[in-house]
Amino acid sequence: MSTTETSSGVSPVEGAAVYTVDNPAPVIQPPRQRTKKTPKSTRGNFEMYGWLFMRLSGVVLVVLVIGHLLIQLVLDGGVSKIGFAFVAGRWASPWWQVWDLLMLWLAMLHGCNGLRTVINDYAERAGTRLWLKALLYTATVWTILLGTLVIFTFDPNIR
Amino acid sequence: MPAGTLYRGREGMWSWVAHRVTGVLIFFFLFVHVLDTALVRVSPEAYDTVVATYKTPIVACLEYGLVAAILFHALNGLRVIAVDFWAKGARYQKPMLWTVVVVWVVLMLGAIYPVLGHAARVVFGS
Repeated sequence: MSTTETSSGVSPVEGAAVYTVDNPAPVIQPPRQRTKKTPKSTRGNFEMYGWLFMRLSGVVLVVLVIGHLLIQLVLDGGVSKIGFAFVAGRWASPWWQVWDLLMLWLAMLHGCNGLRTVINDYAERAGTRLWLKALLYTATVWTILLGTLVIFTFDPNIR
Repeated sequence: MPAGTLYRGREGMWSWVAHRVTGVLIFFFLFVHVLDTALVRVSPEAYDTVVATYKTPIVACLEYGLVAAILFHALNGLRVIAVDFWAKGARYQKPMLWTVVVVWVVLMLGAIYPVLGHAARVVFGS
């Protein structure tokens, strides 16, 4: 290495250091710097909270869903044991009611926010985005309400 | 289609694609799953009739695919969390992806008998 040490922090360009202590580089304003004209708040932090929710709900869902898969598909004969009597047996316990309720709400909201991102990424026309998201939110609200209603009003002696 | 949608084409991009595809598949299954479970409010017979189709060999294969999607999404999701919150996460994103793939393969091998065993007995007799 034959470069000479300079205090400018800029390596020599074509043999000569461009900037020195006596000839400093011009200060460039950083992009999107907040100025006096910048409003205090623009759109709130919704997307940040959405991002955080995906990670927090994701960790909880890993436990809830893998536990659910183990019980439904692996332990005690796998899927062949499942029927009305099996559901009745599990929902007799508040523990599994809360487990399924939490899993329903977190998974639906996690999936809804994920699909919202996918729609925003691929639907290019504003009208298409609006209608797809209207359909998504309607289906999500109805499914969450239906599932919640089923868990809370389940009747093992329906017949 | 926007031009140049193939980004860098490396592990980071393909794991992102797989995370999206598996996420959308799981979400669509979730709608179906809430609806089929809601049949317990209709009658035990209606529920048992629909669940009986879940025990057929073809649907058992679909269940295996569902387990594959869920396990990948779960393991890769933990990797995404590590990339975002662990100081060295971004530096180790590739080794973490290969760890995800290895753990996924092991779990999928372990899931063959519990998920597909019943279907194999139906098809091949037992």
